[in-house]
Amino acid sequence: MGAAFDSISFKASLCDGCGDCMTACSEVKQGASRISIVPGAKAGSFETAICRQCGDPKCVQVCPSGALDKDGGNGVIGWDASKCVDCLLCTAGCSYGGIAVDPKVARVAKCDQCDGDPACVKVCPTGALEFRKAGSIFNEYGAKEDLFVPGLSGCQGCNSELIMRHAMRKIGRNSVLATPPGCIPGMGSVGYNGKTGTKVPVFHPLLTNTASMLSGIRRYYDRIGRKDIVVMALAGDGGTSDCGFHAVSGAAERGEKVLYVCVDNEGYMNTGMQRSGTTPYGSWTSTTPVGEHMKGKTQDAKNLPLIMTAHKCRYVATASTGYMEDLYEKLDRAIEASFEGFSYLHIYSPCPTGWRIPSSKVIEACRMSVDSNFNPLWEYTNRSGLRFTHSPDNAYPITEYVKMIGKYRHLSPDQLAHIQAKVDEQVALLKLMAAESPPPQAAHRAPAGSSTPAGAELTQPARREIARN
Amino acid sequence: MPEAKYLLVGSSHAALEALRAIRLVDPDGSMAMLTRDERLPYSPTILPYVVSGRSGSDQVLLRDPAFFTANNCTYVPNAQAVSLDPKAKAVTLASGEVWRYQSLLIASGAAPAIPPVKGLDGVKYHVLRTLADAEGLRAAMGSAKSAVVLGAGLVGLHAAENLAEAGLKVSVVEMQDHVLPGYFDAKASTRIEDAFIKHGVDLKLKRKVVEVSGPAIRVTLDDGGVIEADLLLVATGVRPVTDWLAGSGIAVDKGVVVDEVMRTNVDGVWAAGDVAQATDFASGKPALIGIIPTAVEQGKIAGQGMAGDSYRKDYAGGLPVNTYRFFGRVALSIGRAAATDGVEAVETESGAYRRLVLEGDRLVGYASVDEPFDVGIMGELIRRRVDLSECKDAFLARPVETGRRLMSEQWR
Ligand SMILES: Cc1cc2nc3c(=O)[nH]c(=O)nc-3n(C[C@H](O)[C@H](O)[C@H](O)COP(=O)(O)OP(=O)(O)OC[C@H]3O[C@@H](n4cnc5c(N)ncnc54)[C@H](O)[C@@H]3O)c2cc1C
Ligand code: SF4
Repeated sequence: MGAAFDSISFKASLCDGCGDCMTACSEVKQGASRISIVPGAKAGSFETAICRQCGDPKCVQVCPSGALDKDGGNGVIGWDASKCVDCLLCTAGCSYGGIAVDPKVARVAKCDQCDGDPACVKVCPTGALEFRKAGSIFNEYGAKEDLFVPGLSGCQGCNSELIMRHAMRKIGRNSVLATPPGCIPGMGSVGYNGKTGTKVPVFHPLLTNTASMLSGIRRYYDRIGRKDIVVMALAGDGGTSDCGFHAVSGAAERGEKVLYVCVDNEGYMNTGMQRSGTTPYGSWTSTTPVGEHMKGKTQDAKNLPLIMTAHKCRYVATASTGYMEDLYEKLDRAIEASFEGFSYLHIYSPCPTGWRIPSSKVIEACRMSVDSNFNPLWEYTNRSGLRFTHSPDNAYPITEYVKMIGKYRHLSPDQLAHIQAKVDEQVALLKLMAAESPPPQAAHRAPAGSSTPAGAELTQPARREIARN
Repeated sequence: MPEAKYLLVGSSHAALEALRAIRLVDPDGSMAMLTRDERLPYSPTILPYVVSGRSGSDQVLLRDPAFFTANNCTYVPNAQAVSLDPKAKAVTLASGEVWRYQSLLIASGAAPAIPPVKGLDGVKYHVLRTLADAEGLRAAMGSAKSAVVLGAGLVGLHAAENLAEAGLKVSVVEMQDHVLPGYFDAKASTRIEDAFIKHGVDLKLKRKVVEVSGPAIRVTLDDGGVIEADLLLVATGVRPVTDWLAGSGIAVDKGVVVDEVMRTNVDGVWAAGDVAQATDFASGKPALIGIIPTAVEQGKIAGQGMAGDSYRKDYAGGLPVNTYRFFGRVALSIGRAAATDGVEAVETESGAYRRLVLEGDRLVGYASVDEPFDVGIMGELIRRRVDLSECKDAFLARPVETGRRLMSEQWR
């Protein structure tokens, strides 16, 4: 596996120009700040100059002294003060102002990412600066065994396939997997020609009974003393929000120790793109066509993850492949929570075929769905309430998202206004819930005599071990 | 007979970049790098720092043997190419050894151009292009009390500073009316000249050398003046190293003639760096722009072509760049920083010196003394011909800040 690297990202829309990052950098580095925030084109907007630790670094190529070098381990372009002759050629190589003269010492200075813990990011109050660790995920998990066979027959650019492969790499072999009808078994994970497409025990429940079957399996494992197995589903939104919902709701209400991952592509895609309960308002589907009279789906989607919070699940979260670090952190917590109670992870999965997005734009669509608040990222536990994991402030207007997606191409201004209003309403509600967190102490404890199957407690480190296996 | 799929002649910036570009797409194809030098690769630009003693000769090497092993490239020092036979696809070395190739890169760089001055070939003089030259100059400097430098270009001035800092009495003779002509206008140059004068260097501008005699160096100028010195350095420019191409059929004008992707007129032969005559960005005309950034860019394009990399882009033309340090101070220039005709020049002279050169709403050149700026950002604004009409006032008032903003907007 090649190496991928962590990086400092800057989101201009969130920066308010406070300059705390520059102050922190100068203090830590005892000199000129290596990040600079400059006024943007519009009043009150800001831009940045910082080393981007390029993969093909011109500064390194033009340096005559060999003082600059890209570290193969962490990707940081390091500067060797003892070799540098202060010729400043590197400043001619860089197109971003990422290596510049510190006027006090008349030598160049550049960002070194503070050994993986950048001081600027830590102090940024708006979240405009982030230290993105998606690179480490690639390095850490890229070499792990893929628990699906190669050659699954998902569509080109299928985001659900990406989710399955990532999730199982993270969860590991010690698991039993249910894949109810949908794209996930449909592309071959559950098997073909008498062989399974998955390298862990996998089964194909009905759309209606996934969570019930998993409850039984978990109880059986508890009874025989196997506390180390992740009992889980990779299910579609139809099987979760519509025909399978009673089983999901029941298992959650009973506190079954199950990891339920809903891969939400907003419809029944493998059977011909019919609408589901999570299909958003206005979407074209084969059962909500666009013609003279109908203009796509006329009802709003149900917010399934929000509904799950009302079940007092041990863990509920939304995630997106547009934000991989967040997804991996949530997988960690979701796995851990699944040993204690019902753990529900809702992963949004834009579908290139059914939504009409070029396969090369799927991840961009994921990102914009989050950045526009169409799919806000948050997590909820019955102990600490709801918390955004990605700031919903300064979101892009919803038009930026829908214009990327073919199934919304027909939308009228009225329909767009409706979608925007719905998104705003959902976010307002989530914000209220987030403001209420954490809930009062009393709510934490299950009343005596709770009927949730007990099973001996697993220690925290043991669970982490499982999560890592 | 040794053979390589990729044969690189030269071991400096251009050849090293070609190596890298080739290895990105072809990790296995056999490769050899021949150089007439005896050392591992180093940059001629580092030499003033070797002369001054700031960097040791062994500290300035750009690659180690492990690099060549890891990149599956045979490094052959002491290998001076003396002829090329493109029909046989063969390069002959001074030792008589013949190397066959499939693709050849000519990256033999430039060497000091020695002016036809009467008596010069009869005296001992120094030049500065190789590590051996630098070590020789450093040794000679130790026992000398005075020096005369011919030429006030980059090499001449760097060396003059080294010599002056080492306590020698230094004279510099330059034909033009100011130092570093081409990179800086007269006002910027004057500041640089003043620094040299302050450090005791005798600058003889607008003067030609008519005769040199020895063994004790005596330099006679066109005004009749005579300079006596213990040491003579000739730094009157460089000339592409193309002697070994004579009779090969490779087209050579001032340098090796190349097209927009660094191909020579002969199939399977590329050229890059100081040896190549590519185009000038501003005029689109053939030009020699002997600096590291152009050597690196050309080397990359040549390497991509040699390896058949489909991501290759055409050479956009060279942009003069100069990042010059003198006596701890900074002088920077990029593009047509000294231009006067048909351009708008906005100069700031109180304190530091700044000169912005625009053509309509587009930046074409930028120079400064004592005020650093992001040379690379300005280079991008020039190369991309970025329209500054929206922000011209801001740019003229705060060029660094506005430049950073513009580039940040371009790439998130
Ligand atoms: C003192 C000094 C200061 C400079 N300062 C700057 C500066 O500040 N900024 C800047 O951008 N540039 C500067 N330069 C110029 C810069 O060093 C050159 O542009 C750059 O080195 C060109 O690289 P190149 O690979 O084309 O060729 P070169 O660096 O000239 O290398 C040529 C290579 O070819 C080899 N070679 C030559 N002939 C043969 C042959 N017949 N057979 C085999 N091998 C051969 C040589 O051994 C060498 O390895 C300076 C140069 C000098 C001398
Ligand atoms: S200033 Fe230092 S790091 Fe930058 S190019 Fe020159 S020697 Fe290299």
